[in-house]
Amino acid sequence: MERTMKTETRLDWRDVINLGLLAAIIALSLSVIGVVGTFGKRDIIGGVITMGHVFLFGAAAGGAYLAAQRSKSNRAGPTLLSGLVVGLLASLPLIVLILVAEPLDLRRFMHNVSPELLATLTFGQGQGVGIVIVTAISAVLGMVGAGITLIPARILRPLLWGLVAVFLVGLLSETIILAWGNQGLGLMIRGFMFAARGLSILGAATVFLIVAGLNSWWGSKGGLIRERVNALPPRQQKNVRWGGIALGILFMLFLPMFLRTYLSEVVDNIGIYVLMGLGLNIVVGFAGLLDLGYVAFFAIGAYTMAVLTSQGDFGIAGLSFWVALPIAVAAAVLAGIILGVPVLRMRGDYLAIVTLGFGEIIRILALSDALAPIIGGAQGILKIPNIFIAGTEFVKPEQMYYVILGGCLLAFFVSWRLRDARLGRQWMALREDEDVAEAMGINLVKTKLLAFASGAAFSGMSGAIFAVKLNSIFPHSFNLMVSINVLCLIIVGGMGSLPGVVVGALVLVGLPELLREFAEYRMLMYGALLIVMMLARPGGFWPSAVRKRELDVNPNGSLPPGEENLIEPVLQEG
Amino acid sequence: MTIILTSTQVTKRFGGLVAVNSFDFNVPEHSIVSIIGPNGAGKTTFFNCITGFYGFDEGTISFNSHLLNGRTPDQVAHLGITRTYQNIRLFANMTAIENILVGMEPQLKHGWIGAVLGLKSTREEEEHALEESLRLLDFVGMTGQGDLLAKNLPYGAQRRLEIARALAGKPKLLLLDEPTAGMNPQESNVMMGFIRRLRDELQITILLIEHDMRVVMGISERVTVIDFGSKIAEGTPEEIQRNPRVIEAYLGRGAATGLAADN
Repeated sequence: MERTMKTETRLDWRDVINLGLLAAIIALSLSVIGVVGTFGKRDIIGGVITMGHVFLFGAAAGGAYLAAQRSKSNRAGPTLLSGLVVGLLASLPLIVLILVAEPLDLRRFMHNVSPELLATLTFGQGQGVGIVIVTAISAVLGMVGAGITLIPARILRPLLWGLVAVFLVGLLSETIILAWGNQGLGLMIRGFMFAARGLSILGAATVFLIVAGLNSWWGSKGGLIRERVNALPPRQQKNVRWGGIALGILFMLFLPMFLRTYLSEVVDNIGIYVLMGLGLNIVVGFAGLLDLGYVAFFAIGAYTMAVLTSQGDFGIAGLSFWVALPIAVAAAVLAGIILGVPVLRMRGDYLAIVTLGFGEIIRILALSDALAPIIGGAQGILKIPNIFIAGTEFVKPEQMYYVILGGCLLAFFVSWRLRDARLGRQWMALREDEDVAEAMGINLVKTKLLAFASGAAFSGMSGAIFAVKLNSIFPHSFNLMVSINVLCLIIVGGMGSLPGVVVGALVLVGLPELLREFAEYRMLMYGALLIVMMLARPGGFWPSAVRKRELDVNPNGSLPPGEENLIEPVLQEG
Repeated sequence: MTIILTSTQVTKRFGGLVAVNSFDFNVPEHSIVSIIGPNGAGKTTFFNCITGFYGFDEGTISFNSHLLNGRTPDQVAHLGITRTYQNIRLFANMTAIENILVGMEPQLKHGWIGAVLGLKSTREEEEHALEESLRLLDFVGMTGQGDLLAKNLPYGAQRRLEIARALAGKPKLLLLDEPTAGMNPQESNVMMGFIRRLRDELQITILLIEHDMRVVMGISERVTVIDFGSKIAEGTPEEIQRNPRVIEAYLGRGAATGLAADN
C-alpha cells in the first residue's frame, strides 16, 4: 500500500528536468537567432510586455505546464515545485548569456546578440538587477504554468480565453487602430484602449474582462441555449442556421468599409489563398491525393487570363475579364485532367513527387526562352486590364475584395455541397481504401479526375483573379513555396475542413502580412507551428467533423469517471 | 437449376507461381457454395479474379451471361457481385452509415452537378439511399449504431457492417471471404444462421471461402476443394468428407490411407 501510494504521487523528476532543459534551449535559441530582439519592438501591452517577452518566457510556462500535466499530480506543493524547477532551468542560459555576452564579445560570431537584445533580457536595468528580474519572472511563470493544471476547467477556460484575447488584440493593435478610424467616439475609445504601441493597461484589463466574462457566461448558459435551439422543430432550426449564415455574409459585405485600403489588400491576399486552399482541400483533404504541384493550376489560370485580356505585347484577344474567366478555369481544369491521367495508379509518395515535378515544369515553362515570345518569359505579361462591373472599373483593393469574396463563396458552396453528396463519399472512400472503394462500384478514374479537376478549377479561378488584381504577372510568383503554403494552411486549419481553410489562411497568410517581423522568420514559424499542431491538435485549428469524431474517442487514455473515484480515496488515506 | 457463375479453365500466374490452375467451377443460382482448401491454395486469388481485382491469364469467367474477363472491379460490382474481406476492410474513419452508403454505389445515379445545384431528384435519391441504409443497418442487427466510426465498432459488428455494405449494392452474388474468422462457436452459429437468411430472404447466391469445417459442412450445399491452385474435389458436404484426396490435402497421405482403410 505504502509503495503504490508513493509511485502515484511522486513526480517524475527526470521528466521535469528534461522539459526544463528543453525550455532553456528554446529560450536561448530564440534569443540568439534574433527572434526575441526583433519582436521586442512589438508591444502587446504598451511599455510592459512585448512579443519578444512572450517568446522568451513562453517556453518556461509551456514546459512547466507539460511537466505538471504529465505528472497528473493533484497536490499543489509538488506541482508548483516542478514548475519552479522548470522556470529556473529555463532562465539559466539567459543568465549566462547576460553575463558572458559582453566579456566574450559574442556579437562577433552571433550577430543577433545585440545591445538591444541584452536590454530586452535585462529589462533595461543593467546586469545585476536584470538577472534577478529574469530569474524571478521565469520562476513565477513556471509556477503559473504548472499551477494552471490545478485550476478546475470551469474557471481556467475563461481565464485562458481572456489571456489569448489580450495577446491577440495587443499583437494586432497596430492593425486594429488602423481599422478603427480617427473621429469622435472611435478616437476616444482608441485613446482609452491603446497606448502608443500595443494595448494600454486599462485596455488590456477591459479586453480580458469582456472576453473572460463572455466565455464564462457561455460556459454556464451556452449548453442551455444550444439545447433550446436543438429542441426547436427542424424547420425553425434551419431558419436559425440560415439566419446565422445571412448575418455572416452581411458582415463580409460591409467589411471593406471598416478595413479601408491597406487592410483590404491584406484580406484580398488571404482570399486568394482561401480560394486556392478550398481547391486543394478537395484534392488532399477529401480525396487524400497528395498534390505538391498545386501552384501549376494557379499559374495556368493566371497566364490564360493574362494572355486573353492583356492590352500589352502578349495579349492575343483583348477579352474582358468575364469572358476570359471561364476560359481560364477551363484551361486549369484541362491541365488538372492532363496531370490526373498519368498519375491515376500512383499513391502517396509517388503521387507527391510526380505532382511536385509537374508544378516545377509549369514554372520553368513560364520562365523559358522557348515560350518567351508567347508569354513573356522572365519579363512576364503586363497591362492586364481591370475588371468592369456595370460600367464601374474595379481598381481599389476594397473593390477587388468583392470579386474575391464572390469566388470564395462560390468555392465554399460547391465544396460544401459536394462533400455532403455522393461524390464526397466517393472521395472519402478513395482516401480510406482505394481497392475496396473500387470493389464497391466506385469508378476510380472518374472520381480521381473529378477531384483533380475541381481542385484545379478553384486554383485556376484564383490565379485568374490574381492576375487581374496585380495587372501583371511574372513567373517568380508561381514557385514551389505557393504550393507548400497552401498545403500548410490546409494542415494547420484542419484537413478536409472548410472553415479550417479560412482559419489556416488567416494564420499563415494574414499574420505574416500584418506582422512584418514574421516575414523574416516565416519558415521557422511554419515549421514550429506545424510541429506544435501535429503534437497538440492533430486535427488542425478547426477539425472537420469526421476528424473530430476520430480524435475525440479516446482522449489521452484518461480513466472513466467511475474508476477515478476509486483511486482518490486511497491516496487520501495515505 | 440455372447457373449464375461459370468459371472455365481459369489460370492465374504470379511470375512462375501458378496460383489458380485451369479452374472449372459453377455456382447454381440461390445456392450456398463453399470453396475450401489449405492456406495458400489460391482461394482468395480466385475471388480476386472474379471481382476483377486481378486480371487472369487464361480462361473465362461469366456471370449471368456477362463475360467478366477484362472488367474492372467497379464494373463487376455494377453487374451484381459484391464481396467482404478476410481481414475486415471497412472505411475505418467513416461512420457505419457512410460505409453502407458507399456500398450503395451501384444503385445511385446522380452526378456532381445535381449535388451542387441541389436538384430535387438528387435529394430524393439521397434520402431514399439513407432510408435504405438504415434498413440494412437494422437487418444486420446494428440499429442505432449508424453514427459510430467503423473503426470504433466491436469486431463482430465490423463483420456484420462489412456484410451490410456488400448487401447495399443489391448483389445477385455475394462473395464472403472467411466470414466466421476469429469467432467463437456461438458467434459462428449466429453467422451461419445469418448467411442462410441472406439466401432465403434476399434471394442472394452465396459463395464463401471458409476454414471452419463445422461452418462449411453446416451451411454449404456444394463444396469445392482447391489445392495448389487446382480443383481436387467437388460435391455435397458428405461426399467431400469421405473423399480421400481431400483428406490427403488437409492431413497428409498417411492419414488419408489410414482413414480410407477404416472405411
